[in-house]
Amino acid sequence: MSGWPLLSVVTFLPLVGALFIFAIRGDDEISIRNARYVALWTTILTFILSLFIWFGFDYENPGFQFVEETEWLGDAISYRMGVDGISVLFVILSTFLMPFCILASWESVRIRVKEYMIAFLVLETMMIGVFTALDAVLFYLFFEAGLIPMFIIIGVWGGQRRVYASFKFFLYTLVGSLLMLLAIMAMYFTAGTTDIPTLLAYDFPVEMQYWLWLAFFASFAVKMPMWPVHTWLPDAHVEAPTAGSVILAGILLKMGGYGFLRFSLPMFPDASDYFAPLVFVLSVVAIIYTSLVALRQEDIKKLIAYSSVAHMGFVTMGIFTGTVQGVQGGIFQMISHGIVSGALFLCVGVVYDRMHTREIAAYGGLINRMPLYALAFLVFTMANVGLPGTSGFVGEFLTLIAAFQVNTWVAFFATFGVILSAGYALFLYRRVIFGALEKESLRSISDLNWREIAVLAPLVVLTILFGFWPMPILDVTGPAVTQLVDHYQAAIEGGASVAAAIK
Amino acid sequence: MYSAIVFLPLIGAIIAGAITALGAAARHPEGRRLGTGHGHHAHATVARSSHHDDGHHDHHGPGAAEYITTGALILSAILSWVAFFTVGLGEEPVHVQVMPWVVSGDLAFDWAFRIDTLTVVMLVVVTTVSSLVHVYSIGYMSHDAHRPRFFAYLSLFTFAMLMLVTADNLVQLFFGWEGVGLASYLLIGFWYTRPSANAAAIKAFVVNRVGDFGFSLGIFAVFLVYGSVNFEVIFANAADAEGMTLSFLGGEFDALTVICLLLFMGAMGKSAQFLLHTWLPDAMEGPTPVSALIHAATMVTAGVFMVTRLSPLFELAPTALAFVTFIGATTALFAATIGLVQNDIKRVIAYSTCSQLGYMFVAIGVGAYGAAIFHLFTHAFFKALLFLGSGSVIHAMSDEQDMRRMGGLRKHIPLTYWMMVIGTLALTGFPFTAGFISKDAIIESAFAAHGTFAVYAFALTLFAAALTSFYSWRLIFMTFHGKPRASADVMHHVHESPLVMTVPLMILAVGALFSGLAFQGLFIGEGYEDFWKQAIFLGSDNDILHEMHEVSALVVWSPTVAMIIGFGLAYLFYIRRPSIPVALAKQFDLVYLFLLNKWYFDELYDLIFVKPSFWLGRVFWKKGDGWLIDGFGPDGISARVLDVTRQFVRLQTGYLYHYAFAMLVGVTALITWYMFAGGAH
Repeated sequence: MSGWPLLSVVTFLPLVGALFIFAIRGDDEISIRNARYVALWTTILTFILSLFIWFGFDYENPGFQFVEETEWLGDAISYRMGVDGISVLFVILSTFLMPFCILASWESVRIRVKEYMIAFLVLETMMIGVFTALDAVLFYLFFEAGLIPMFIIIGVWGGQRRVYASFKFFLYTLVGSLLMLLAIMAMYFTAGTTDIPTLLAYDFPVEMQYWLWLAFFASFAVKMPMWPVHTWLPDAHVEAPTAGSVILAGILLKMGGYGFLRFSLPMFPDASDYFAPLVFVLSVVAIIYTSLVALRQEDIKKLIAYSSVAHMGFVTMGIFTGTVQGVQGGIFQMISHGIVSGALFLCVGVVYDRMHTREIAAYGGLINRMPLYALAFLVFTMANVGLPGTSGFVGEFLTLIAAFQVNTWVAFFATFGVILSAGYALFLYRRVIFGALEKESLRSISDLNWREIAVLAPLVVLTILFGFWPMPILDVTGPAVTQLVDHYQAAIEGGASVAAAIK
Repeated sequence: MYSAIVFLPLIGAIIAGAITALGAAARHPEGRRLGTGHGHHAHATVARSSHHDDGHHDHHGPGAAEYITTGALILSAILSWVAFFTVGLGEEPVHVQVMPWVVSGDLAFDWAFRIDTLTVVMLVVVTTVSSLVHVYSIGYMSHDAHRPRFFAYLSLFTFAMLMLVTADNLVQLFFGWEGVGLASYLLIGFWYTRPSANAAAIKAFVVNRVGDFGFSLGIFAVFLVYGSVNFEVIFANAADAEGMTLSFLGGEFDALTVICLLLFMGAMGKSAQFLLHTWLPDAMEGPTPVSALIHAATMVTAGVFMVTRLSPLFELAPTALAFVTFIGATTALFAATIGLVQNDIKRVIAYSTCSQLGYMFVAIGVGAYGAAIFHLFTHAFFKALLFLGSGSVIHAMSDEQDMRRMGGLRKHIPLTYWMMVIGTLALTGFPFTAGFISKDAIIESAFAAHGTFAVYAFALTLFAAALTSFYSWRLIFMTFHGKPRASADVMHHVHESPLVMTVPLMILAVGALFSGLAFQGLFIGEGYEDFWKQAIFLGSDNDILHEMHEVSALVVWSPTVAMIIGFGLAYLFYIRRPSIPVALAKQFDLVYLFLLNKWYFDELYDLIFVKPSFWLGRVFWKKGDGWLIDGFGPDGISARVLDVTRQFVRLQTGYLYHYAFAMLVGVTALITWYMFAGGAH
């Protein structure tokens, strides 16, 4: 596979698919169907190709692999791609979730189908690019450009308040990203390059680290989202079409966590250490605050959106413990949440397609008519609750055990999330699934069809598989995370000894 | 063999689950053809009739799911007894490696089985009671349309419980712990159309999670102190942590005390101890076989098992043990007082379970782990017997559970009556029955102990013994004696249960009568050290199992006297002079109401935990997110720059090429800027 630019192929293949769809003329049934099939096959092919990255990935090597480099803009900014143990799984997650999104939109999207498919394929390229880019400018381009298709997806195919939601989404992320742009410029002026591996090895002055860290933090914290800049997420989720929510929760939220791991922690170790208490406080507040808010939600999607914020709280907490368990747990939590929350939004989509409402109160007693749906929803609910034996447990457990080693207060409060998540998730399950089927409108609701089973079954399998056997993920991330943590700890100790010497 | 014991129930559960799913799919064939949500109005009538048919589709006697799960469990039970005799009577503990679970840095744990004496005792308890409950359920659930689902849950529960008792590390223990919680949640809410069942299911799960909160923190603390979560490593280095301090929540505390108290919090939740007991009585919403298996014989004893398993840690933390004694004794009495006045037959037994678990914790607290596990072992038999017996009563009474509408059933269902009497004799400690031997051992050990709360524990458990006898006989008298208080219609239908239900009762009755005498020597007798080997760790000055045999005859016979007093009062109140309890309830109406309402714990918790959580949730949502963050954040800004937003809306034409163009302009501008910036250097 050497000499073959696999990463670029995987990254830009969806764009090729988008061009194909763009070339389809006409608005009749056949061309719409063609557009759907082109999108589906493109995403499936991309996924299969991306698996070769995983197969060819050297587990022992903690550095970047599949590296590509081409001259691009001047001598400093070049086109560089590569993956390491931290990013490779996010690439796979992105390509993996995409076909499900296309399938989930198969019948529910009826207007501007071609444009919808194009937007999703463009979005896929941008998302993969974020995780494969090895140049800060390239990263920034992908990171920001990904906003546009998402903005369009919400604004065009969204619900009633889609304009408000997309605007809010845009406003939040814009503020953050401008600061990040400034930070990248500042790094460029200092280090003379935007090459990420070089920047990783570069020693930024401690004073400067603080500012750079804050600028990146502004962008990533919004993306995560962390409390208190999370309020765009519930609105965006509620208004987004099902597949939009899946991508939003499954991939876009992970960009923030990935950013912390790629930039904040390794490039600004002293600042990360300095600001870690701030991150802990925000994470713990997010876990408790948003869990309580989730308890009161009347809209299924909003409830899951708030629970996402709480789960991301575990991620940020884990990452900034600067321990192997914390970082690995954070990554695992992101992968698991990508699968589980994506699946939960798909589950919401299933009933939304039938009833056209997301009001919890409009449901109740679905198990009477939809036992298979009830089973799938139960698995994902339990994963959301963090039941051992589901993928949701491993990440939560690792981040918490790491937090306890660093600060018992943080672990103490974060563990409250374990109680609260059980509260809101089971309360939701009870109101939607259990009970007698009394509402006239639900009398004839039908269980999952084959397409829906095909979408949910693999996610059920993965949720349980990774719960019992998380090693495939932990093995991939292990060496890279160990190197990251060693580097981070060494830098902190170095900084501390320098500070001691100055005194 | 050990893998077979654990995984047979799982295989059964998966097969039964598949049968459930296939059955469900077969019942809703239109689901596949019509899933799109379009045109379902046309099929509404068809679908509706099919819905009403649900209950009548499979009323053709037991099906494959029952036979497969029950068969798998019986096999598992036989193997467990083989394991009991091989490991318990000789062989060294066995360690079975299944596969690695998590390796992250220096944290590593596996899926693995640790089979020592403690494990095999739990294996026989779990698989024996579970297989009997499976058999019994074939009869008990024969009228229920959802039998495959029920048996799938039962077997799933058994699997989780077996994972719990065979765990070789704390995290696998926690897996089983939460797994049985899930099964319990599903089984309590089995009749999901009942709002009360759903509420009870959530309550059980969430209250258990409160306990698990402590359990998790305990695991984290163990990892911090020992650098491992594997029992082998922890136990080998247990003493290293003696005298070590742990900074926890801003204070410096004795590490082992903190760890043990946190872990015990988990045990309090699972074993329904004082303060975290509120879920257990509500759990009686589940089908009665579930109450027998999960909420009497096995799952609720997991806390006792866990603390015993961790005896190497607890033995080094006397403060924690004192706390265990205190909670155990308090629960034993507290639950018994509530049991005195309850009218629901299952709730009486539920509070009795709560109280008996308190006894077990008293034994642990004074260091008599063998006695605790012995009581766990015998209790499983007679409490399962009582629950299944009451299930037989409920079955006969057409699902009536209120004892005030029973009475006079002795002649109608004599076999059930005698089985219940045997269970009651064992529970109340009639001489030489199982309960007499194991419960009295606990009371004696409490007397012989020197710990902080030993005297307190002795007094309370002795008093609770009298109460136990009173409420147990009250249950028998109200249910079986006197004149029938049920309607003639119900009485007309009263019938003895089929053999498939009564045979398990008889097997359990044998256990309730003789398991004490038969196993006394092994568990707490002179040879107990050879039996337990390394499974239970005793501190160097812990000689309680010898000392308890040397207490005076007065102490030995005091529980029996307490039992006779309780029996006499019950006889007086409910056979001789039924007017007395009525008059007492009137005269001491405050006390009566206090007990009847279970010390008002539910109301209290609702007031201080549930309501504030919901209130806070709303405040955070409307005020925090809505007013504060949005108001001063995006919404506020948007209001300030209203003109800009108007422009923005005008820009939003919905034409894709407009957006694409805007995107292109932005990207071009950026690249241009970079080229200049890059060139400048």
